[in-house]
Amino acid sequence: MSTLLIQGGRIIDPSQAIDRIDDLLVRDGIILAIGQSSHEKVDETIDATGLIVTPGLIDMHVHLREPGREEDETIETGTRAALAGGFTSVACIPNTEPPIDTQAAVEFIHQKAVRADTCNVFVVGCVSRNREGKELAEIGQLVEAGAVAFSDDGAPIYDAELMRRAFEYCRMFDKPIFAHEEVLELSRGGVMHEGLVSLVLGLTGMPAAAEEVMIGRDIALAEVTGGRLHVMHVSTARGVELIRAAKARGTRVTAEACPHHFTLTDESLRGFDSNAKMSPPLRTAVDVEAIISGLVDGAIDCIATDHAPHAPEKKMLEIDRAPFGILGLETALGLSITRLVATGRIGWPRLVEAMSLLPAQILGVTRGTLRTGAIADITLINPDLSWRVDVDKFCSKSVNSPFQGWVLKGRAVFTIVAGRVKYRLD
Amino acid sequence: MARAACEFEVVPLGWTHRHLLDIERLTSDEIRLLLDTAGRFKQATDGCRKKIAVLSGCTIVNLFFENSTRTRTSFALAARRLGADVIDFSTSTSSLSKGESFIDTAKNLEAMGIDAVVVRHGTPGTPHLLAQRLNVGVINAGDGPHEHPTQGLLDIFSIRERLGDLKGVTVGLVGDIAHSRTARSNLWGLLKLGANVILCGPPTLVSQRWRELGVEVSHDLDEIVPRCDVLNLLRIQFERQNTRPFPSVREYAHLYAMNGDRLKRAKKDLLILAPGPINRGVEVTADVADCPQSLILDQVTNGLAVRMGVLWLTCGPRESNGPDSIATLGGAGRSS
Repeated sequence: MSTLLIQGGRIIDPSQAIDRIDDLLVRDGIILAIGQSSHEKVDETIDATGLIVTPGLIDMHVHLREPGREEDETIETGTRAALAGGFTSVACIPNTEPPIDTQAAVEFIHQKAVRADTCNVFVVGCVSRNREGKELAEIGQLVEAGAVAFSDDGAPIYDAELMRRAFEYCRMFDKPIFAHEEVLELSRGGVMHEGLVSLVLGLTGMPAAAEEVMIGRDIALAEVTGGRLHVMHVSTARGVELIRAAKARGTRVTAEACPHHFTLTDESLRGFDSNAKMSPPLRTAVDVEAIISGLVDGAIDCIATDHAPHAPEKKMLEIDRAPFGILGLETALGLSITRLVATGRIGWPRLVEAMSLLPAQILGVTRGTLRTGAIADITLINPDLSWRVDVDKFCSKSVNSPFQGWVLKGRAVFTIVAGRVKYRLD
Repeated sequence: MARAACEFEVVPLGWTHRHLLDIERLTSDEIRLLLDTAGRFKQATDGCRKKIAVLSGCTIVNLFFENSTRTRTSFALAARRLGADVIDFSTSTSSLSKGESFIDTAKNLEAMGIDAVVVRHGTPGTPHLLAQRLNVGVINAGDGPHEHPTQGLLDIFSIRERLGDLKGVTVGLVGDIAHSRTARSNLWGLLKLGANVILCGPPTLVSQRWRELGVEVSHDLDEIVPRCDVLNLLRIQFERQNTRPFPSVREYAHLYAMNGDRLKRAKKDLLILAPGPINRGVEVTADVADCPQSLILDQVTNGLAVRMGVLWLTCGPRESNGPDSIATLGGAGRSS
């Protein structure tokens, strides 16, 4: 028996509508109680004065790259990056080589995660066999192996009938489909958002409509089948609007936004920096504002990173040859606090909901809460700590971040997984 | 020659750049300085025909990742007219086909002790990335559809030679604006010197968004021809297009080729430019290409003058007590 006392922090737990300064007691990796604990014998005490204590953060959109692209990231380095960013759980996306479309592949991830002994790794399985978009993967088998959701992310599910079947089939297991929304003909050859900046730079654009048309299709298919649609990395104003309207109709749709999409615009491409190249691309100030509004009113449920590491030699190419994607795990919390909370756009409880409770609910995992009896995944955040982003100090194996040198406010100082301190900021 | 050369002893203080990456980030004064310098070189070399060895001892590399005949030849000739050594390096002879990155290729050249690279590449921004990573001058000789600064400058030089000040002059850029680096470099230069710019072509090649920069967008060549003082006829870049932006060349030529009929409705002293290579019968008919107001061959000669000016300003000796002249045009500064 071991008991951990987290003393005097501001405990924010949206699952119980708690936001107060109090003590949190953990025994044997389980939440014991919030509040008076004087009669308990305590093995370890963390002084949380001035800190925010939240259920462990969950990033539902992470590319761990293993198996197949260990030069970019591994399960070990990626999950260490997660811990350093305050995340106690990640959901990993199956566009690995080979893709995660068999029970054995799911078990491989779980084994590697156990060996890494870092944070929880939940596996998202492929919708289609070999991620080819032609026939369904053995979704039932993958569910048995522990897959929590299904996605062919990296690419859209192009065949509308396959998407329809996937929605129908996944209903049986009550699993969501995580959709990368893109009409490829409209974005072909594209490097960045199609707008005035792409026009001036002579770079091929990816119009907002390429994303919006596909969101529209998938909402219609979710409505027709009763399936669960989770829209990944929403980046456009009209995309937010489509989701908001679908929710108002009662459609089973959820959505996530990435920190870079509410922080940066296509102006970031002016220096031809491939670290600002991702899909969907950085869009305009109007889109940034719409995404923030969506996070404020709940049209967008969650914040997820789309953490997409690429080794430096791959990014240091001509901008049209460099791959899409940026790091997210170690900057997400700081960017979200700096851009959303410190500016007063959302309160702390909503931030915790967007980064912990709702991701847990969408993934269907018993996390995201500090209720008595819950697994003690806990993040302690110093809300006032100013720090400078330095990719050379990242735990991630890659350095492709456009936020290098930025000064952010707020950072995780303790990341606790099942009652064990897995990360402590020096 | 010695007397002429002393006029080019040091680079004027008004020029602080080691690179020429684009026109967008030049000031109007810098553009005028460039054009005036080119004019002085044209005069000092008897119309670009003679040598003036103000860059002897310099080595300039033509680093062409994309095919080019006229621009490469023009840069090579301009460098030789200034007495510099010129090395041609193109992808067919390089190690790029062996998988080396463009930055490593350029760094290898840099290690051989060169003074400047003249870069052409199919991807926008590649010269900018090189300028950030190399310790030599970088001159953009065309980066995809982004910019082709010396082409823009030589077009403007040719117009200025005939009309003097560009303030209030109406210039129509006609054709494949979407894929044209020449259009973008012209656009910035013309706007900065006070010209009125009209972009003309089908909506699939000329976005309405250009209006946000204060230029006019038209899809009707017949309507704009009588209002223009200058027409610059841009080639259709079939090689850069995903899907065909118009149904047929025949239909395109019907709507947008500058032909004799349209010339009759133009101002009498309308100037015709075409950056070449020209597709006779597509963007311009033979009678117009060869008409007396056509500056097409002047452009080629002036290209030498402009490139001599650019090479000298970027590579030439600086005033020793002048400003520390390592300012870059990329905005990103130097990071090695």
